[in-house]
Amino acid sequence: MRKLWDFPGGIHPPQQKNQSNTQPIRHAGLPDKLILPLQQHIGSPAEIRVAVGDTVLKGDCLATPIGILGVPVHAPTSGRVEAISKQPVPHPSGMVDWCITLIPDDRDTWGKRHPMPDYTQHPRSEVLAHIRDAGIVGLGGAGFPTSFKLHPPRHDKVETLILNGAECEPYITADDVLMRERAAEVVEGLNIMAWLLEPAHCVIAVEDNKPEAIAALSSAAQDTLIEVVAIRTRYPSGGEKQLIQIITGEEVPHGGIPADIGTMCQNVGTAVAVFRAIHHGEPLISRITSITGRAVTTPGNVEALIGTPIQYLLTQAGLQIDRLDRLILGGPMMGYTLQSAEVPVIKTTNCIIAAVSGELPEPPPEQPCIRCGACAEACPMELLPQQLFWYAKTEEFEKAEHQNLFDCIECGACSYVCPSSIPLVQYYRFAKGEIRTHNAEQLKSDHARVRFEARQARLEREQAEKEARREERARAAADAQTRKSQQTDNVANPKPLDDRAAKTAAVQAALARKEQKSQQSQAAEHAPNDSPTKR
Amino acid sequence: MLWVMLATLPGLVAQTVFFGWGNLINVMWCIALAIGAEAAVLRLRQRPLGFYLSDNTAALTGLLLGLALPPFTPWWVSAVAVISAIVMAKQLYGGLGSNPFNPAMVGYALVLISFPVAMTTNWAAPAGLLNGTPGFVETLGIISMGQQTAIDAYTMATPLDVYKHEIGALVADEVRQHPSFGDGIAKGWEWVNLAFLAGGLALLYLKVITWHIPVSVLATLAMTSLAFGSNQDLYAPLSLHMLAGATMLGAFFIATDPVSAATSHQGKLVYGAGIGLLLYIIRTWGSYPDAVAFAVLLMNFAVPLIDHYTPPRTYGHRKPRRGIAHKSSK
Amino acid sequence: MWTSIVIAVAVLLALALIFGGILGYAAERFRVEGNPLVEQIDSLLPQTQCGQCGFPGCRPYAESIANGDAINKCPPGGEGTIKALADLLDIEPQPLDAEHGIEQEKRVAIIREDECIGCTKCIQACPVDAILGSAKHMHTVIQSECTGCDLCVDPCPVDCIDMVTLEPDIRNWTWSPPGKSIIATDRQEAMA
Repeated sequence: MRKLWDFPGGIHPPQQKNQSNTQPIRHAGLPDKLILPLQQHIGSPAEIRVAVGDTVLKGDCLATPIGILGVPVHAPTSGRVEAISKQPVPHPSGMVDWCITLIPDDRDTWGKRHPMPDYTQHPRSEVLAHIRDAGIVGLGGAGFPTSFKLHPPRHDKVETLILNGAECEPYITADDVLMRERAAEVVEGLNIMAWLLEPAHCVIAVEDNKPEAIAALSSAAQDTLIEVVAIRTRYPSGGEKQLIQIITGEEVPHGGIPADIGTMCQNVGTAVAVFRAIHHGEPLISRITSITGRAVTTPGNVEALIGTPIQYLLTQAGLQIDRLDRLILGGPMMGYTLQSAEVPVIKTTNCIIAAVSGELPEPPPEQPCIRCGACAEACPMELLPQQLFWYAKTEEFEKAEHQNLFDCIECGACSYVCPSSIPLVQYYRFAKGEIRTHNAEQLKSDHARVRFEARQARLEREQAEKEARREERARAAADAQTRKSQQTDNVANPKPLDDRAAKTAAVQAALARKEQKSQQSQAAEHAPNDSPTKR
Repeated sequence: MLWVMLATLPGLVAQTVFFGWGNLINVMWCIALAIGAEAAVLRLRQRPLGFYLSDNTAALTGLLLGLALPPFTPWWVSAVAVISAIVMAKQLYGGLGSNPFNPAMVGYALVLISFPVAMTTNWAAPAGLLNGTPGFVETLGIISMGQQTAIDAYTMATPLDVYKHEIGALVADEVRQHPSFGDGIAKGWEWVNLAFLAGGLALLYLKVITWHIPVSVLATLAMTSLAFGSNQDLYAPLSLHMLAGATMLGAFFIATDPVSAATSHQGKLVYGAGIGLLLYIIRTWGSYPDAVAFAVLLMNFAVPLIDHYTPPRTYGHRKPRRGIAHKSSK
Repeated sequence: MWTSIVIAVAVLLALALIFGGILGYAAERFRVEGNPLVEQIDSLLPQTQCGQCGFPGCRPYAESIANGDAINKCPPGGEGTIKALADLLDIEPQPLDAEHGIEQEKRVAIIREDECIGCTKCIQACPVDAILGSAKHMHTVIQSECTGCDLCVDPCPVDCIDMVTLEPDIRNWTWSPPGKSIIATDRQEAMA
């Protein structure tokens, strides 16, 4: 049995998981249209490769990645590209972004697939490229490109590969049912990652409130070296940094990545996606999402194509529109309120909560902070949330930064326990945004100064060059003049070259005369004494 | 806040049992006045009354003052204490959460310095001593009469006071002959303190407060009094320090006020230790018999300094980040 | 008597030497790396080089501020810059001097390219070389380099340069602060 460590703080919110984890995974089927945002992950948006009107097959690449942090977007089904336009995307701002609208042809015809079941025969770089081409990002929430993560810096050797099945947020059960039903795929996906990284230990960590998942994984991993570990149920044990602390007892250094301490976390859903990409050649075109909350009659988990409008899934789950109070994307702790149900499911959509009024109410009016310290007790990062709040509220961002604001993982434990119901995380997000904007502006203005100074320098240089050229020309002209006049001199009588020279000559002559005179007078003066030694 | 108020009940009951109705009347008078003062200032500041009064913090300030003031304190002395606590120490700094000093203790210290006679001679004699304890109506009469010194028949110096002033001339056993010590450690006081201790433990159990400050206060007080108090003929013994005066009330209910206390756990330990040490120093060598108010206020002054040096170590950092932010000058 | 005076003088002298030594050492040991005031002021200015302050660029204005000029002459920086300057110089922030312009949203210049005649006048006006093009060829603005200074608009003989306000988009969006903790009764009073 593996020794487990503890992380500080943490909370025990009501779990609400039974709403959605009693049913097997359903297939959501084909909606009327699919909306595929070009950016569904952390990194740079993909570059579009199709045109409006193009017919595409299932699994075709619609947009290719730009830069090392890009991932492609694939067609989740066969059909026709209807539009490439700005549409609302799942984002806390409720803003629009570039999306491809795909109208399914209902035939669901696969394009060419490239499985790689003999991946062990290929070089690692090829397998990583395959994972990248499959468009796989971390399915746990942040959506970091998986191939990039699986390729840590050379000096960081991953000793412990952790598969994160903690799923600590209330309501969400997508990973839970996935582990129950597809334990073998999870294990095989982990095997592929393990082959890539060659870690000394492979651990699948699951909170102990999911006994079925633990049992399924244990039996699937029976003859392997993989350890299935049940960890204590406490939010936010599924946070990457917290899970690493639980499993290894070590902390990811500030500003570093887990690989710096020889660990790596991957989500169980990501493992399944890697398995599908390698063994079946299927890109990431669907994911499991929990549809839950008391405003739907049949909550559960659905396997939905990427791009499926959330409205479609809610209707399918029996949304009672009159009871709906608030639509939340993600969990109740870290998710955000959706302003429209027209947004699509994207690669990182793990949960949709349709809450009735009173289920997840907006917090009551904020009362003054009395520095009771309940937040500091709950903070898993050992910050002082009350101080951060104070500085964020008074916009003393430098001080907030000094108090390690950027180590905050925005888990929401502090807001949850706050007796004055202060929306602490919102303050931190605001402060972080302001600091980032300020830094970006500073960068931009520094850049502008560099360009301005470069321009000034260039203008001066040009001016100097112009001046130099002018002088050069003048000298050349003068020289030419001189030569010319010299030539004429040789021919004509030897007259002084010009007035100036004549004057100089006259002065010289005068000086010479004066010298002579004074010497003569001196000689006359000294002559009677005749003492040349005195001279 | 409601829990904190409820947790003082055992202590209040004990005070009433041993020292008569005085404290109860004080408590009611102070709470009423505190709420009134808070409401008046909120009205002046154009703040919603119901919202801010419902946090019960003004009532708690009144309650703590009522418990801390001597039972026969004239009504106007209590009023000065309460009003200066609420108006000056709390609202003028911006209301709840913004006050650097413990409001109740500001009020207490103010009247202690301004009216030393009223504040030191009005402790009721423990029940069963002298000619019996005055009844409710009679107590009310004494308080509302507003005499600086209440009738001698009912008052008696507190044990800490007696020890402090007589130990110079007498030996410990002789000092202990004073009726205020009774048969035990300090007649009545020991039970009052034990009752406050019980209330404090309840707060710890309910996780309303953390252990750091009370444990630190009591441990430091105990250690210093053990270090100096081995000779009872010169210094008050440990038992008297722990169970007389406002030790338990201060350690569990006053020093733990989060607004004016240090922030981190480490800081709270330092803060509590400072209070414990000052408590001992002022009790022993100062001119006042008890010192909770001064000790707490002095440590309130030190809180920014303590916070400066005692931030917790954040996850992923090797060392805590001390000090203040440096202006990034790029 | 004399001895005591001598002792006093000697002691004072010794003290002066000791403390002078300490101060001298500290001055060397803890010397702050030179970041002269002008540099610091310049780094706070937005570097649009727009000249709205009346100086030919940000640095000349920074030098002027260092010599005691008002800090409220920079419309592109607006309140934020004034506050930062006030912080740095430890003086009271003043409202923006409207004589030099008003604070506007961040803007960039855009050339209507089909109308451009390729005169290069804007290229010469641009303080940060953010306009690309050559004589008799179409010009265009490199948006990421444009500081929104307006200086290219006037020289354009065919008025084909627009100043466009930058719309917030999903990638530069940030969380807004939580609403002011106004509750029902407060709101009534705020309205009254």
